[in-house]
Amino acid sequence: MNAPIHLQDNGLLRFMTCGSVDDGKSTLIGRLLFDTKTILEDTLTQIERTSKKRGMEAVDLSLLTDGLQAEREQGITIDVAYRYFSTGTRKYIIADAPGHEQYTRNMVTAASTANLAIILIDARKGVLTQTRRHSFLAHLVGIPHILVAVNKMDLVDYDQATFDRIRADYLAFAEQIGLQRQGHDIRFIPMSALNGDMIVDRGEDMDWYTGPTLLEILEAAPAAHTEKAENFRFPVQYVCRPQDSANPELHDFRGFMGRVESGEIAVGDEVTVLPSGRSSKVKAIQLGSDKLDRAIHEQSVTILLQDEIDISRGDMIVKSSEAKEPVKQIDAMLCWLSETPLSPARTYIIRHTSRESKAKIGAIEYRVDVNTLEQQPVQGLGMNDIAKISFRLAQPLCVDRYADNRATGAFIVIDESTNNTVAAGMID
Amino acid sequence: MTTLTRQTLSHLDWLEAEAIHIMREVAGQCERPVLLFSGGKDSICMLRIAEKAFRPGKFPFPLMHIDTGHNYKEVVEFRDKRAAELGERLIVRSVEDSMKRGTVVLKHEGESRNKHQSVTLLEAIEEFGFDACIGGARRDEEKARAKERIMSFRDEFGQWDPKNQRPELWNLYNARVHKGENIRAFPISNWTEMDVWQYIEREGLELPSIYFAHQRNIVMRGGAIFPVNVPLATGEIINQPKADEEIVNMQVRFRTVGDITCTAPVPSDADNVAKIVLETATTTITERGATRLDDQTSEASMEQRKKEGYF
Ligand SMILES: Nc1nc2c(ncn2[C@@H]2O[C@H](COP(=O)(O)OP(=O)(O)O)[C@@H](O)[C@H]2O)c(=O)[nH]1
Repeated sequence: MNAPIHLQDNGLLRFMTCGSVDDGKSTLIGRLLFDTKTILEDTLTQIERTSKKRGMEAVDLSLLTDGLQAEREQGITIDVAYRYFSTGTRKYIIADAPGHEQYTRNMVTAASTANLAIILIDARKGVLTQTRRHSFLAHLVGIPHILVAVNKMDLVDYDQATFDRIRADYLAFAEQIGLQRQGHDIRFIPMSALNGDMIVDRGEDMDWYTGPTLLEILEAAPAAHTEKAENFRFPVQYVCRPQDSANPELHDFRGFMGRVESGEIAVGDEVTVLPSGRSSKVKAIQLGSDKLDRAIHEQSVTILLQDEIDISRGDMIVKSSEAKEPVKQIDAMLCWLSETPLSPARTYIIRHTSRESKAKIGAIEYRVDVNTLEQQPVQGLGMNDIAKISFRLAQPLCVDRYADNRATGAFIVIDESTNNTVAAGMID
Repeated sequence: MTTLTRQTLSHLDWLEAEAIHIMREVAGQCERPVLLFSGGKDSICMLRIAEKAFRPGKFPFPLMHIDTGHNYKEVVEFRDKRAAELGERLIVRSVEDSMKRGTVVLKHEGESRNKHQSVTLLEAIEEFGFDACIGGARRDEEKARAKERIMSFRDEFGQWDPKNQRPELWNLYNARVHKGENIRAFPISNWTEMDVWQYIEREGLELPSIYFAHQRNIVMRGGAIFPVNVPLATGEIINQPKADEEIVNMQVRFRTVGDITCTAPVPSDADNVAKIVLETATTTITERGATRLDDQTSEASMEQRKKEGYF
């Protein structure tokens, strides 16, 4: 399949892969890149050489996704890597997060930008603790589409009963954590990443499976993270005031620059600026020198308003009918990312859209054991912990619940002394 | 009638919107950013993105090129012309000046100056007090870049520590630095070579002529096409052939236009962007594999250079 070009553009899909070590994640990604002809000859020659050097007979496709020197030496993947391929109709960004137990934070990082998660299961092993952990995290971070890929079917003689049993097990567990009830779309596929069965080609040993191949599922998955209508949210990143007195058109120009984080906006719409609460109407929407009638989700544009109101970076433009009161206290699910543990007495910085605020910890309600999903009382938090927590804020923030809005419901926590990003939060 | 399927952006529109968002974050969060502009195709795309991000205002950053002194004159001329057309300030700092100062010492006269750009870059960062450099690197270029952050943190020595990078979630970027530290921001991280060419085609962007098929004197050296007797803007001729090398005239184009001593062209008869898009779709060799003579020595060489402060 040599990427045909200039076909109808079906947008871009971001997905992630999760699985335990040796479930075949690297092989699957390698297979996708290889079968869509993303791997070019020189790279292939390089991995052929490495495979031989390591005494392997066949080319090890998992080497394609092998990253940095440090981890090559350690023999494990320790971070999120991004890979790209295109089918000519759609471009894909894969977030490749390692499955190792202590890497909850990597999975959360990868999941934050993904619209689909492939959860790998070894057909010989079935649903494991790790599968539950991965599914819980995918659910927590709000990935709308979940594809459970039962891999290594060649090692169970491509047995349909094995596949059906794993599927039933998984569904029972999904029911338990409310995956489907909350609108997640779950699909199942049997495959062999090693032989390439049901990835791009169907192979010859699983005629009993009549559903789409993995690539067909990816091609058909909605690129938008939700099909629901969302409120318009436009955090202002930058204010453009050319103040060019020689040019009358630019003399009074005030453009509010940002990205439509959700919903859409049209010229003439009534808007309110938060937190000030002042209202106006959209006079114009621009992208470069183009004038637009409207702007949709994920578009970066410049908005001009009819009235002169004071707006700066960190303010949020919303539709007047969808305005909400800014808040100075939030409850959130927090994933602690840093090696330095949370110190409950300290003040941190929260970055939410284009706004920052100092924040103090109110209470840590409970910690979730990601393996058993049990809620436990705790005093502090360490790396990879997930907890329900409340913050008091110095500045008001214009938030939505994460379940309603993945952009305005998310924030990161920064440690001012190191400037490191130490936690990721999802507002409840 | 309402339809359920929501309208979404085409892949190029999405990539462009993401890149604009990243540039505006740098402008919003950093005090003194700079955009690295070499006259190459990736940085040409970045200028278009900057126009879409900030016009009708001026760019909130100057442009800067770290010149090895071994750049194709077509590219250098293009660089100056483009900056002038945009009416934006262009800073040029040269590796040759660092050599004169003694901060860059070549192992031998013929050594590629490419990797020494890092020294000159760090000197310029210090000179102007830049706290962020916006660059056109892409994650698909090389394995060691696949895990690079969009906002990559460098310490006071410009060093990149793969173990000390900030987690990056959603589109919430953390560009905070202490004095002397630096952020390298990569707005087109998620673009591939193909995306770049498709964007150039869609936007009708002008490029230096050597990106298109042209006749050139070359020799075959170490299995790669090596351009010879290349005139510099100063009139000096570099890349002399060795006595036993046979000079051939070949139709070639460049896929990247770095330092003359270490950038190889590819055979091609693509003389316009549409043909290059087609060639890119059917090529069998990666951009770096085909064109960077200095990356082939070691699989991990890029990673090594990044640790030392390379872009
Ligand atoms: N028989 C068989 N082996 C597989 C399959 N997928 C992966 N493997 C093998 O399982 C091992 C682990 O695979 P790898 O992709 O490195 O797993 P990762 O740790 O999840 O990235 C390797 O030896 C693969 O060749 C499969 O579908 N069938």
